[in-house]
Amino acid sequence: MISTLKHYVKTFTLFELLQGLSVTGKYFFKKKITIQYPEQKTPMSPRFRGHHALRRYDNGEERCIACKLCEATCPALAIKIESEEREDGTRRTTRYDIDMFKCIYCGFCEEACPVDAIVETRVFEYHFESREGSIITKDELLAFGDKHETQIAKDRAVEAAYR
Amino acid sequence: MPEIRNFTLNFGPAHPAAHGVLRLILEMDGEVIQRADPHIGLLHRGTEKLAESKIYSQSIGYMDRLDYVSMMCNEHGYILAIEKMLGIQAPIRAQYIRTMFDEVTRILNHLLWIGAHALDVGAMTMFLYAFREREDLMDVYEAVSGARLHASYYRVGGVYRDLPDEMPKYEQNRWNNAADVKRLNGDREGSLLDFLESFTQRFPNYVDEYETLLTDNRIWKQRLVDIGVVSPERAKQLGFTGAMLRGSGVEWDLRKKQPYAAYDRVKFDIPIGTNGDSYDRYLVRIEEMRQSNQIIKQCIDWLRKNPGDVSLDDHKVTMPKRDSVKGDMESLIHHFKLVTEGFCLPEGEAYAAIEHPKGEFGCYIVSDGANKPFRLKIRAPGFAHVSAMDEMTKGHMLADVVTIIGTQDIVFGEVDR
Repeated sequence: MISTLKHYVKTFTLFELLQGLSVTGKYFFKKKITIQYPEQKTPMSPRFRGHHALRRYDNGEERCIACKLCEATCPALAIKIESEEREDGTRRTTRYDIDMFKCIYCGFCEEACPVDAIVETRVFEYHFESREGSIITKDELLAFGDKHETQIAKDRAVEAAYR
Repeated sequence: MPEIRNFTLNFGPAHPAAHGVLRLILEMDGEVIQRADPHIGLLHRGTEKLAESKIYSQSIGYMDRLDYVSMMCNEHGYILAIEKMLGIQAPIRAQYIRTMFDEVTRILNHLLWIGAHALDVGAMTMFLYAFREREDLMDVYEAVSGARLHASYYRVGGVYRDLPDEMPKYEQNRWNNAADVKRLNGDREGSLLDFLESFTQRFPNYVDEYETLLTDNRIWKQRLVDIGVVSPERAKQLGFTGAMLRGSGVEWDLRKKQPYAAYDRVKFDIPIGTNGDSYDRYLVRIEEMRQSNQIIKQCIDWLRKNPGDVSLDDHKVTMPKRDSVKGDMESLIHHFKLVTEGFCLPEGEAYAAIEHPKGEFGCYIVSDGANKPFRLKIRAPGFAHVSAMDEMTKGHMLADVVTIIGTQDIVFGEVDR
Protein backbone atom coordinates (compact mmCIF):
# COMPACT_ATOMS: atom_id res chain seq x y z
CA MET A 1 0.00 0.00 0.00
CA ILE A 2 2.69 2.46 1.04
CA SER A 3 4.91 1.45 -1.85
CA THR A 4 2.05 2.00 -4.31
CA LEU A 5 1.45 5.41 -2.81
CA LYS A 6 5.14 6.18 -3.03
CA HIS A 7 5.13 5.11 -6.66
CA TYR A 8 2.25 7.43 -7.50
CA VAL A 9 3.74 10.38 -5.65
CA LYS A 10 7.04 9.86 -7.45
CA THR A 11 5.34 9.52 -10.80
CA PHE A 12 3.20 12.63 -10.51
CA THR A 13 5.94 14.83 -9.07
CA LEU A 14 8.33 13.83 -11.90
CA PHE A 15 10.76 12.84 -9.15
CA GLU A 16 13.30 10.86 -11.21
CA LEU A 17 13.28 13.39 -14.03
CA LEU A 18 14.08 16.19 -11.60
CA GLN A 19 16.82 14.05 -10.09
CA GLY A 20 18.33 13.65 -13.53
CA LEU A 21 18.01 17.37 -14.15
CA SER A 22 19.88 18.06 -10.93
CA VAL A 23 22.86 16.12 -12.33
CA THR A 24 22.89 18.03 -15.60
CA GLY A 25 22.13 21.27 -13.73
CA LYS A 26 25.14 20.74 -11.50
CA TYR A 27 27.39 20.53 -14.54
CA PHE A 28 25.91 23.75 -15.90
CA PHE A 29 27.70 25.63 -13.14
CA LYS A 30 30.88 23.53 -13.01
CA LYS A 31 34.13 24.42 -14.73
CA LYS A 32 34.07 23.23 -18.32
CA ILE A 33 36.46 20.56 -19.56
CA THR A 34 36.38 21.71 -23.18
CA ILE A 35 39.77 22.00 -24.88
CA GLN A 36 40.25 24.95 -27.24
CA TYR A 37 42.00 22.78 -29.75
CA PRO A 38 44.59 24.43 -31.93
CA GLU A 39 45.78 26.75 -29.16
CA GLN A 40 45.26 24.34 -26.31
CA LYS A 41 46.25 20.70 -26.51
CA THR A 42 45.85 17.60 -24.44
CA PRO A 43 49.02 16.05 -23.00
CA MET A 44 50.85 13.69 -25.31
CA SER A 45 52.82 10.63 -24.33
CA PRO A 46 56.48 10.28 -25.36
CA ARG A 47 55.44 6.90 -26.77
CA PHE A 48 53.08 8.54 -29.25
CA ARG A 49 53.13 7.08 -32.74
CA GLY A 50 52.54 9.71 -35.37
CA HIS A 51 54.26 10.92 -38.54
CA HIS A 52 57.47 9.08 -39.42
CA ALA A 53 60.93 10.57 -39.55
CA LEU A 54 64.42 9.39 -40.45
CA ARG A 55 67.13 10.43 -38.02
CA ARG A 56 70.78 11.37 -38.37
CA TYR A 57 73.76 10.94 -36.10
CA ASP A 58 75.19 14.02 -34.40
CA ASN A 59 77.82 14.37 -37.16
CA GLY A 60 75.07 14.69 -39.77
CA GLU A 61 75.46 11.17 -41.18
CA GLU A 62 72.15 9.45 -41.80
CA ARG A 63 71.51 6.53 -39.48
CA CYS A 64 69.72 4.23 -41.87
CA ILE A 65 71.92 1.41 -43.15
CA ALA A 66 69.32 -0.14 -45.44
CA CYS A 67 69.01 -3.36 -43.47
CA LYS A 68 65.36 -3.43 -44.56
CA LEU A 69 64.09 -4.78 -41.26
CA CYS A 70 61.36 -2.14 -41.23
CA GLU A 71 60.34 -3.14 -44.74
CA ALA A 72 60.20 -6.77 -43.63
CA THR A 73 58.22 -6.17 -40.47
CA CYS A 74 55.72 -3.66 -41.84
CA PRO A 75 52.36 -5.47 -41.69
CA ALA A 76 50.80 -3.10 -44.21
CA LEU A 77 53.72 -3.25 -46.69
CA ALA A 78 53.89 0.52 -46.58
CA ILE A 79 57.68 0.83 -46.74
CA LYS A 80 59.72 0.50 -49.92
CA ILE A 81 63.50 0.52 -49.79
CA GLU A 82 66.19 0.32 -52.44
CA SER A 83 69.86 0.38 -51.53
CA GLU A 84 73.27 0.76 -53.11
CA GLU A 85 76.86 1.02 -52.05
CA ARG A 86 77.98 4.60 -51.65
CA GLU A 87 81.36 5.93 -52.93
CA ASP A 88 82.86 5.57 -49.45
CA GLY A 89 81.91 1.88 -49.41
CA THR A 90 79.03 2.11 -46.93
CA ARG A 91 75.62 0.69 -47.59
CA ARG A 92 72.87 3.32 -47.78
CA THR A 93 69.36 3.61 -49.12
CA THR A 94 68.80 5.20 -52.48
CA ARG A 95 65.10 5.10 -51.96
CA TYR A 96 63.04 5.08 -48.77
CA ASP A 97 59.35 5.58 -49.39
CA ILE A 98 56.55 5.30 -46.87
CA ASP A 99 53.02 5.20 -48.16
CA MET A 100 51.17 7.08 -45.45
CA PHE A 101 47.81 5.78 -46.70
CA LYS A 102 48.90 2.18 -46.20
CA CYS A 103 50.63 2.78 -42.87
CA ILE A 104 48.64 1.62 -39.85
CA TYR A 105 50.90 3.37 -37.32
CA CYS A 106 51.62 0.19 -35.37
CA GLY A 107 55.16 1.26 -34.50
CA PHE A 108 56.73 -2.04 -35.60
CA CYS A 109 59.22 -0.27 -37.89
CA GLU A 110 60.59 1.70 -34.98
CA GLU A 111 60.69 -1.46 -32.88
CA ALA A 112 62.58 -3.29 -35.62
CA CYS A 113 65.15 -0.62 -36.47
CA PRO A 114 68.52 -1.65 -34.99
CA VAL A 115 70.03 1.86 -35.38
CA ASP A 116 67.05 4.00 -34.29
CA ALA A 117 66.84 5.52 -37.76
CA ILE A 118 63.14 5.26 -38.52
CA VAL A 119 61.01 6.68 -35.72
CA GLU A 120 57.40 7.65 -35.24
CA THR A 121 57.18 11.18 -33.91
CA ARG A 122 54.61 13.09 -31.91
CA VAL A 123 53.43 14.93 -35.00
CA PHE A 124 49.89 13.95 -35.87
CA GLU A 125 48.73 17.10 -37.63
CA TYR A 126 49.66 16.83 -41.30
CA HIS A 127 47.92 16.64 -44.62
CA PHE A 128 48.58 15.88 -48.27
CA GLU A 129 47.44 17.97 -51.17
CA SER A 130 47.64 15.23 -53.78
CA ARG A 131 47.43 11.47 -53.84
CA GLU A 132 51.12 11.18 -54.73
CA GLY A 133 51.89 13.40 -51.75
CA SER A 134 50.91 10.56 -49.46
CA ILE A 135 54.10 8.72 -50.38
CA ILE A 136 56.80 10.29 -48.26
CA THR A 137 60.26 10.06 -49.80
CA LYS A 138 63.62 9.69 -48.12
CA ASP A 139 64.48 13.39 -48.42
CA GLU A 140 61.20 14.43 -46.87
CA LEU A 141 61.65 11.94 -44.05
CA LEU A 142 65.19 13.13 -43.33
CA ALA A 143 64.11 16.77 -43.45
CA PHE A 144 61.25 15.96 -41.10
CA GLY A 145 63.69 14.27 -38.74
CA ASP A 146 66.03 17.27 -38.78
CA LYS A 147 63.16 19.59 -37.98
CA HIS A 148 61.94 17.60 -34.97
CA GLU A 149 65.23 16.09 -33.77
CA THR A 150 65.22 17.79 -30.36
CA GLN A 151 61.80 16.41 -29.47
CA ILE A 152 62.56 12.99 -30.98
CA ALA A 153 65.80 12.64 -29.02
CA LYS A 154 64.09 13.75 -25.83
CA ASP A 155 61.29 11.19 -26.20
CA ARG A 156 63.73 8.36 -27.04
CA ALA A 157 65.80 9.23 -23.97
CA VAL A 158 62.72 8.96 -21.73
CA GLU A 159 61.70 5.68 -23.31
CA ALA A 160 65.16 4.08 -23.36
CA ALA A 161 64.61 2.61 -19.89
CA TYR A 162 61.50 0.70 -20.97
CA ARG A 163 62.58 -0.76 -24.27
CA MET B 1 -10.51 -5.01 -52.05
CA PRO B 2 -6.87 -4.91 -53.09
CA GLU B 3 -4.46 -7.25 -51.37
CA ILE B 4 -2.36 -5.52 -48.73
CA ARG B 5 1.29 -6.43 -48.79
CA ASN B 6 3.92 -5.83 -46.18
CA PHE B 7 6.04 -2.78 -46.70
CA THR B 8 9.78 -3.36 -47.07
CA LEU B 9 12.02 -0.78 -45.49
CA ASN B 10 15.74 -0.35 -45.91
CA PHE B 11 17.31 0.53 -42.57
CA GLY B 12 20.86 1.60 -43.18
CA PRO B 13 23.64 0.98 -44.29
CA ALA B 14 24.31 4.59 -43.36
CA HIS B 15 21.49 5.13 -40.92
CA PRO B 16 22.79 7.12 -37.95
CA ALA B 17 21.21 4.69 -35.50
CA ALA B 18 22.48 1.59 -37.30
CA HIS B 19 25.93 1.70 -35.67
CA GLY B 20 28.14 1.80 -38.68
CA VAL B 21 27.35 -0.20 -41.73
CA LEU B 22 24.46 -2.42 -40.70
CA ARG B 23 21.91 -2.81 -43.44
CA LEU B 24 18.58 -4.13 -42.24
CA ILE B 25 15.81 -5.09 -44.61
CA LEU B 26 12.69 -4.69 -42.52
CA GLU B 27 9.38 -6.15 -43.58
CA MET B 28 6.79 -3.98 -41.92
CA ASP B 29 3.13 -4.38 -41.27
CA GLY B 30 2.28 -0.80 -40.55
CA GLU B 31 4.83 0.09 -37.92
CA VAL B 32 5.28 -3.44 -36.65
CA ILE B 33 8.26 -5.50 -37.74
CA GLN B 34 7.33 -8.78 -39.39
CA ARG B 35 10.80 -9.81 -40.41
CA ALA B 36 14.24 -8.29 -40.05
CA ASP B 37 17.00 -9.38 -42.36
CA PRO B 38 20.44 -8.06 -41.48
CA HIS B 39 22.79 -7.74 -44.43
CA ILE B 40 26.38 -7.75 -43.29
CA GLY B 41 29.74 -7.67 -44.98
CA LEU B 42 30.04 -3.99 -45.82
CA LEU B 43 33.06 -3.65 -43.55
CA HIS B 44 34.69 -6.91 -44.58
CA ARG B 45 38.44 -6.44 -44.67
CA GLY B 46 39.55 -10.03 -44.85
CA THR B 47 41.45 -10.03 -41.56
CA GLU B 48 41.46 -13.82 -41.38
CA LYS B 49 42.87 -14.19 -44.88
CA LEU B 50 45.36 -11.36 -44.37
CA ALA B 51 46.71 -13.13 -41.30
CA GLU B 52 47.59 -16.17 -43.41
CA SER B 53 50.20 -14.20 -45.30
CA LYS B 54 51.83 -12.54 -42.30
CA ILE B 55 54.06 -13.82 -39.56
CA TYR B 56 52.21 -14.21 -36.28
CA SER B 57 53.36 -11.00 -34.60
CA GLN B 58 52.44 -8.83 -37.57
CA SER B 59 48.74 -9.56 -37.20
CA ILE B 60 48.53 -8.06 -33.70
CA GLY B 61 47.84 -4.63 -35.12
CA TYR B 62 45.03 -6.01 -37.23
CA MET B 63 43.34 -7.53 -34.19
CA ASP B 64 42.91 -4.01 -32.77
CA ARG B 65 40.87 -3.15 -35.79
CA LEU B 66 38.36 -5.96 -35.40
CA ASP B 67 36.26 -4.60 -32.61
CA TYR B 68 37.63 -1.10 -32.71
CA VAL B 69 36.14 -0.07 -29.38
CA SER B 70 37.75 -2.86 -27.33
CA MET B 71 41.18 -3.02 -28.85
CA MET B 72 43.39 -4.70 -26.28
CA CYS B 73 40.85 -7.45 -25.60
CA ASN B 74 41.01 -8.51 -29.24
CA GLU B 75 44.78 -8.65 -29.03
CA HIS B 76 44.50 -10.73 -25.89
CA GLY B 77 42.37 -13.37 -27.59
CA TYR B 78 44.83 -13.70 -30.44
CA ILE B 79 47.94 -13.68 -28.26
CA LEU B 80 46.42 -16.26 -25.93
CA ALA B 81 45.82 -18.71 -28.78
CA ILE B 82 49.44 -18.39 -29.92
CA GLU B 83 50.76 -18.78 -26.39
CA LYS B 84 48.60 -21.85 -25.95
CA MET B 85 50.13 -23.46 -29.01
CA LEU B 86 53.65 -22.53 -28.01
CA GLY B 87 52.98 -23.78 -24.51
CA ILE B 88 54.34 -20.65 -22.88
CA GLN B 89 52.95 -18.29 -20.28
CA ALA B 90 53.69 -14.62 -19.93
CA PRO B 91 55.38 -13.46 -16.71
CA ILE B 92 52.98 -12.79 -13.87
CA ARG B 93 53.42 -9.02 -14.08
CA ALA B 94 52.47 -9.09 -17.74
CA GLN B 95 49.43 -11.17 -16.81
CA TYR B 96 48.34 -8.52 -14.35
CA ILE B 97 48.96 -5.73 -16.85
CA ARG B 98 46.84 -7.62 -19.36
CA THR B 99 44.09 -8.12 -16.80
CA MET B 100 44.15 -4.45 -15.91
CA PHE B 101 44.02 -3.32 -19.52
CA ASP B 102 41.31 -5.80 -20.39
CA GLU B 103 39.20 -4.17 -17.71
CA VAL B 104 40.15 -0.67 -18.83
CA THR B 105 39.02 -1.78 -22.26
CA ARG B 106 35.80 -3.18 -20.88
CA ILE B 107 35.00 0.17 -19.30
CA LEU B 108 35.94 1.94 -22.54
CA ASN B 109 33.62 -0.32 -24.47
CA HIS B 110 30.72 -0.05 -22.09
CA LEU B 111 31.09 3.73 -21.93
CA LEU B 112 30.84 3.97 -25.68
CA TRP B 113 27.97 1.55 -25.63
CA ILE B 114 26.00 3.45 -23.01
CA GLY B 115 26.68 6.76 -24.74
CA ALA B 116 25.62 5.53 -28.15
CA HIS B 117 22.71 3.50 -26.84
CA ALA B 118 21.32 6.42 -24.85
CA LEU B 119 21.84 8.72 -27.82
CA ASP B 120 19.88 6.35 -30.05
CA VAL B 121 17.08 6.14 -27.54
CA GLY B 122 17.00 9.89 -27.09
CA ALA B 123 19.30 10.94 -24.25
CA MET B 124 21.96 13.26 -25.59
CA THR B 125 23.74 14.06 -22.34
CA MET B 126 24.94 10.52 -21.65
CA PHE B 127 27.11 10.58 -24.74
CA LEU B 128 28.97 13.66 -23.52
CA TYR B 129 29.48 12.30 -20.02
CA ALA B 130 30.62 8.91 -21.27
CA PHE B 131 33.18 10.47 -23.57
CA ARG B 132 34.56 12.60 -20.79
CA GLU B 133 35.52 9.42 -18.91
CA ARG B 134 36.71 7.72 -22.07
CA GLU B 135 39.15 10.58 -22.50
CA ASP B 136 40.93 9.67 -19.26
CA LEU B 137 41.13 6.00 -20.19
CA MET B 138 42.39 6.80 -23.66
CA ASP B 139 45.12 8.85 -22.04
CA VAL B 140 46.05 5.68 -20.18
CA TYR B 141 46.08 3.80 -23.46
CA GLU B 142 48.26 6.44 -25.05
CA ALA B 143 50.67 6.62 -22.13
CA VAL B 144 51.28 2.89 -22.22
CA SER B 145 51.20 2.08 -25.92
CA GLY B 146 51.54 5.33 -27.84
CA ALA B 147 48.16 5.20 -29.51
CA ARG B 148 44.78 6.19 -28.22
CA LEU B 149 42.89 3.44 -29.99
CA HIS B 150 44.90 0.92 -31.96
CA ALA B 151 47.34 0.04 -29.25
CA SER B 152 49.18 -3.07 -30.57
CA TYR B 153 50.56 -3.34 -27.06
CA TYR B 154 50.27 -7.04 -26.21
CA ARG B 155 53.01 -9.31 -27.47
CA VAL B 156 53.44 -13.05 -27.50
CA GLY B 157 55.07 -13.80 -24.17
CA GLY B 158 54.16 -10.55 -22.45
CA VAL B 159 53.50 -6.94 -23.31
CA TYR B 160 55.64 -4.49 -25.29
CA ARG B 161 56.81 -2.11 -22.57
CA ASP B 162 56.38 -1.70 -18.84
CA LEU B 163 54.00 0.91 -17.47
CA PRO B 164 55.48 4.41 -17.57
CA ASP B 165 56.51 6.09 -14.32
CA GLU B 166 55.37 9.45 -15.52
CA MET B 167 52.19 10.75 -17.06
CA PRO B 168 52.33 13.42 -19.76
CA LYS B 169 51.18 16.78 -18.46
CA TYR B 170 49.24 19.81 -19.63
CA GLU B 171 51.24 22.86 -20.56
CA GLN B 172 50.55 26.51 -19.99
CA ASN B 173 49.11 28.53 -22.86
CA ARG B 174 46.95 31.56 -23.46
CA TRP B 175 43.85 29.71 -22.33
CA ASN B 176 45.30 28.25 -19.17
CA ASN B 177 47.26 30.12 -16.53
CA ALA B 178 49.56 28.46 -14.02
CA ALA B 179 46.73 27.77 -11.58
CA ASP B 180 44.63 26.10 -14.27
CA VAL B 181 47.53 23.93 -15.36
CA LYS B 182 48.15 22.91 -11.77
CA ARG B 183 44.52 21.91 -11.39
CA LEU B 184 44.49 20.02 -14.70
CA ASN B 185 47.68 18.18 -13.81
CA GLY B 186 46.38 17.34 -10.35
CA ASP B 187 46.29 13.56 -10.86
CA ARG B 188 49.05 13.48 -13.46
CA GLU B 189 51.84 14.15 -10.99
CA GLY B 190 52.57 10.50 -10.28
CA SER B 191 52.91 7.41 -12.43
CA LEU B 192 50.38 5.86 -14.75
CA LEU B 193 49.15 3.70 -11.90
CA ASP B 194 48.50 6.79 -9.76
CA PHE B 195 46.57 8.38 -12.60
CA LEU B 196 44.52 5.24 -13.09
CA GLU B 197 43.92 4.92 -9.37
CA SER B 198 42.53 8.43 -9.11
CA PHE B 199 40.28 7.54 -12.02
CA THR B 200 39.01 4.42 -10.27
CA GLN B 201 38.19 6.55 -7.25
CA ARG B 202 36.17 9.01 -9.32
CA PHE B 203 34.55 6.49 -11.58
CA PRO B 204 31.91 4.92 -9.26
CA ASN B 205 30.47 8.41 -8.72
CA TYR B 206 30.23 8.90 -12.46
CA VAL B 207 28.41 5.59 -12.80
CA ASP B 208 26.03 6.78 -10.09
CA GLU B 209 25.37 9.85 -12.19
CA TYR B 210 24.62 7.73 -15.24
CA GLU B 211 22.23 5.71 -13.17
CA THR B 212 20.53 8.82 -11.83
CA LEU B 213 20.04 9.97 -15.38
CA LEU B 214 18.83 6.67 -16.80
CA THR B 215 17.91 3.84 -14.44
CA ASP B 216 14.64 5.25 -13.10
CA ASN B 217 13.97 7.59 -15.96
CA ARG B 218 10.48 6.90 -17.30
CA ILE B 219 11.38 7.49 -20.94
CA TRP B 220 14.40 5.20 -20.68
CA LYS B 221 12.27 2.51 -19.07
CA GLN B 222 9.47 2.87 -21.61
CA ARG B 223 11.98 2.39 -24.38
CA LEU B 224 13.86 -0.55 -22.82
CA VAL B 225 11.70 -2.62 -20.51
CA ASP B 226 10.29 -5.71 -22.26
CA ILE B 227 12.03 -4.89 -25.53
CA GLY B 228 13.94 -7.73 -27.15
CA VAL B 229 13.21 -10.38 -24.54
CA VAL B 230 15.35 -13.50 -24.91
CA SER B 231 14.75 -16.51 -22.70
CA PRO B 232 17.80 -18.20 -21.16
CA GLU B 233 17.26 -21.31 -23.29
CA ARG B 234 16.98 -19.33 -26.50
CA ALA B 235 19.99 -17.21 -25.57
CA LYS B 236 22.09 -20.37 -25.28
CA GLN B 237 20.70 -21.81 -28.50
CA LEU B 238 21.43 -18.61 -30.37
CA GLY B 239 25.04 -18.67 -29.25
CA PHE B 240 24.82 -15.53 -27.15
CA THR B 241 27.73 -14.71 -24.89
CA GLY B 242 28.72 -11.89 -22.61
CA ALA B 243 26.20 -9.38 -21.35
CA MET B 244 23.59 -10.63 -23.83
CA LEU B 245 23.64 -14.06 -22.19
CA ARG B 246 23.99 -12.79 -18.64
CA GLY B 247 21.10 -10.39 -19.17
CA SER B 248 18.91 -13.44 -19.73
CA GLY B 249 19.98 -14.85 -16.39
CA VAL B 250 22.64 -17.36 -17.38
CA GLU B 251 25.65 -17.09 -15.15
CA TRP B 252 28.40 -17.54 -17.69
CA ASP B 253 31.62 -15.60 -17.71
CA LEU B 254 34.87 -16.96 -19.10
CA ARG B 255 36.79 -14.88 -16.57
CA LYS B 256 35.28 -17.12 -13.88
CA LYS B 257 34.66 -20.35 -15.77
CA GLN B 258 37.98 -20.63 -17.60
CA PRO B 259 40.21 -18.09 -15.89
CA TYR B 260 43.00 -16.70 -18.02
CA ALA B 261 45.63 -14.04 -17.27
CA ALA B 262 45.26 -13.07 -13.60
CA TYR B 263 41.50 -13.40 -13.32
CA ASP B 264 41.75 -16.28 -10.86
CA ARG B 265 43.67 -13.98 -8.50
CA VAL B 266 41.24 -11.06 -8.40
CA LYS B 267 37.88 -10.83 -6.71
CA PHE B 268 34.83 -9.83 -8.66
CA ASP B 269 31.19 -10.79 -9.16
CA ILE B 270 29.23 -11.62 -12.26
CA PRO B 271 26.02 -9.62 -12.54
CA ILE B 272 23.09 -11.41 -14.16
CA GLY B 273 19.65 -10.24 -15.23
CA THR B 274 16.27 -11.84 -14.62
CA ASN B 275 13.93 -10.93 -17.47
CA GLY B 276 16.30 -10.99 -20.43
CA ASP B 277 15.05 -7.69 -21.82
CA SER B 278 17.03 -4.66 -22.92
CA TYR B 279 16.66 -3.02 -19.54
CA ASP B 280 18.25 -5.99 -17.76
CA ARG B 281 21.14 -5.98 -20.18
CA TYR B 282 21.60 -2.30 -19.44
CA LEU B 283 21.72 -3.03 -15.70
CA VAL B 284 24.16 -5.89 -16.25
CA ARG B 285 26.56 -3.70 -18.21
CA ILE B 286 26.34 -0.90 -15.66
CA GLU B 287 27.25 -3.36 -12.91
CA GLU B 288 30.04 -4.79 -15.06
CA MET B 289 31.59 -1.34 -15.18
CA ARG B 290 31.58 -1.20 -11.39
CA GLN B 291 33.11 -4.68 -11.17
CA SER B 292 35.77 -3.79 -13.74
CA ASN B 293 36.61 -0.80 -11.62
CA GLN B 294 37.16 -3.13 -8.66
CA ILE B 295 39.40 -5.42 -10.71
CA ILE B 296 41.49 -2.47 -11.90
CA LYS B 297 41.95 -1.36 -8.30
CA GLN B 298 43.19 -4.81 -7.26
CA CYS B 299 45.56 -4.95 -10.24
CA ILE B 300 46.95 -1.51 -9.40
CA ASP B 301 47.68 -2.63 -5.84
CA TRP B 302 49.44 -5.76 -7.04
CA LEU B 303 51.42 -4.01 -9.78
CA ARG B 304 52.67 -1.38 -7.34
CA LYS B 305 54.08 -4.03 -5.01
CA ASN B 306 55.53 -6.37 -7.61
CA PRO B 307 57.92 -4.90 -10.14
CA GLY B 308 59.47 -7.32 -12.59
CA ASP B 309 59.70 -8.43 -16.18
CA VAL B 310 56.80 -7.82 -18.50
CA SER B 311 58.11 -10.09 -21.22
CA LEU B 312 59.55 -13.59 -21.27
CA ASP B 313 63.30 -14.03 -21.42
CA ASP B 314 62.91 -16.55 -24.24
CA HIS B 315 64.25 -14.68 -27.25
CA LYS B 316 63.12 -17.30 -29.68
CA VAL B 317 59.70 -15.75 -29.11
CA THR B 318 60.07 -12.33 -27.51
CA MET B 319 62.17 -9.41 -28.67
CA PRO B 320 65.42 -8.94 -26.75
CA LYS B 321 66.00 -5.66 -24.89
CA ARG B 322 67.16 -2.69 -26.88
CA ASP B 323 70.56 -2.21 -25.24
CA SER B 324 71.42 -5.89 -25.53
CA VAL B 325 70.60 -5.78 -29.26
CA LYS B 326 73.16 -3.02 -29.60
CA GLY B 327 75.85 -4.67 -27.49
CA ASP B 328 75.42 -8.38 -27.93
CA MET B 329 75.74 -10.33 -31.17
CA GLU B 330 73.42 -13.15 -30.14
CA SER B 331 70.64 -10.71 -29.23
CA LEU B 332 71.10 -8.94 -32.53
CA ILE B 333 70.73 -12.22 -34.39
CA HIS B 334 67.58 -13.00 -32.39
CA HIS B 335 66.29 -9.53 -33.18
CA PHE B 336 66.86 -9.98 -36.92
CA LYS B 337 65.38 -13.47 -36.90
CA LEU B 338 62.28 -12.40 -35.00
CA VAL B 339 61.62 -9.38 -37.16
CA THR B 340 62.11 -11.10 -40.48
CA GLU B 341 61.14 -14.70 -39.88
CA GLY B 342 59.25 -14.57 -36.61
CA PHE B 343 58.70 -17.83 -34.79
CA CYS B 344 57.15 -21.09 -35.89
CA LEU B 345 54.23 -22.70 -34.14
CA PRO B 346 54.19 -26.48 -33.79
CA GLU B 347 51.91 -28.30 -36.16
CA GLY B 348 48.40 -28.54 -34.78
CA GLU B 349 45.51 -26.37 -33.79
CA ALA B 350 44.34 -24.42 -30.79
CA TYR B 351 41.38 -22.34 -29.72
CA ALA B 352 41.67 -19.75 -27.00
CA ALA B 353 38.85 -17.49 -25.91
CA ILE B 354 38.58 -14.53 -23.62
CA GLU B 355 35.68 -12.68 -22.08
CA HIS B 356 35.57 -9.73 -24.40
CA PRO B 357 33.34 -6.79 -23.38
CA LYS B 358 30.78 -8.02 -25.91
CA GLY B 359 31.01 -11.73 -25.21
CA GLU B 360 33.28 -14.61 -26.03
CA PHE B 361 36.03 -13.57 -28.40
CA GLY B 362 38.11 -16.47 -29.54
CA CYS B 363 40.83 -17.24 -32.02
CA TYR B 364 41.18 -20.64 -33.60
CA ILE B 365 44.58 -21.18 -35.13
CA VAL B 366 45.52 -24.03 -37.39
CA SER B 367 49.23 -24.32 -37.91
CA ASP B 368 51.15 -26.42 -40.37
CA GLY B 369 54.36 -25.76 -38.52
CA ALA B 370 55.25 -22.60 -40.43
CA ASN B 371 55.79 -19.07 -39.18
CA LYS B 372 52.38 -18.03 -40.50
CA PRO B 373 48.99 -19.45 -39.57
CA PHE B 374 47.62 -21.99 -42.02
CA ARG B 375 44.20 -20.74 -41.07
CA LEU B 376 42.99 -18.25 -38.50
CA LYS B 377 39.35 -18.26 -37.52
CA ILE B 378 38.07 -15.46 -35.38
CA ARG B 379 35.01 -16.11 -33.29
CA ALA B 380 33.42 -12.71 -32.83
CA PRO B 381 30.58 -12.36 -30.33
CA GLY B 382 28.77 -9.70 -32.34
CA PHE B 383 28.12 -12.08 -35.22
CA ALA B 384 25.95 -14.39 -33.12
CA HIS B 385 24.12 -11.41 -31.68
CA VAL B 386 23.34 -9.78 -34.99
CA SER B 387 22.11 -13.15 -36.28
CA ALA B 388 19.40 -13.01 -33.65
CA MET B 389 18.16 -9.66 -34.92
CA ASP B 390 15.15 -11.20 -36.63
CA GLU B 391 14.03 -13.11 -33.57
CA MET B 392 14.55 -10.18 -31.23
CA THR B 393 12.78 -7.55 -33.31
CA LYS B 394 9.81 -9.58 -34.52
CA GLY B 395 6.57 -8.03 -33.33
CA HIS B 396 8.21 -4.86 -32.07
CA MET B 397 7.78 -1.38 -33.47
CA LEU B 398 10.24 0.28 -35.82
CA ALA B 399 11.62 2.51 -33.07
CA ASP B 400 12.43 -0.57 -30.99
CA VAL B 401 14.82 -1.82 -33.67
CA VAL B 402 17.08 1.03 -32.67
CA THR B 403 16.92 -0.03 -29.03
CA ILE B 404 17.73 -3.61 -29.96
CA ILE B 405 20.71 -2.64 -32.11
CA GLY B 406 21.91 -0.61 -29.15
CA THR B 407 21.39 -3.37 -26.61
CA GLN B 408 23.22 -5.89 -28.79
CA ASP B 409 26.25 -3.59 -28.72
CA ILE B 410 27.18 -4.38 -32.30
CA VAL B 411 30.43 -3.19 -33.77
CA PHE B 412 30.84 -4.00 -37.40
CA GLY B 413 34.57 -4.33 -37.34
CA GLU B 414 34.21 -7.70 -35.64
CA VAL B 415 30.99 -8.86 -37.28
CA ASP B 416 32.36 -8.43 -40.79
CA ARG B 417 36.02 -8.95 -39.90
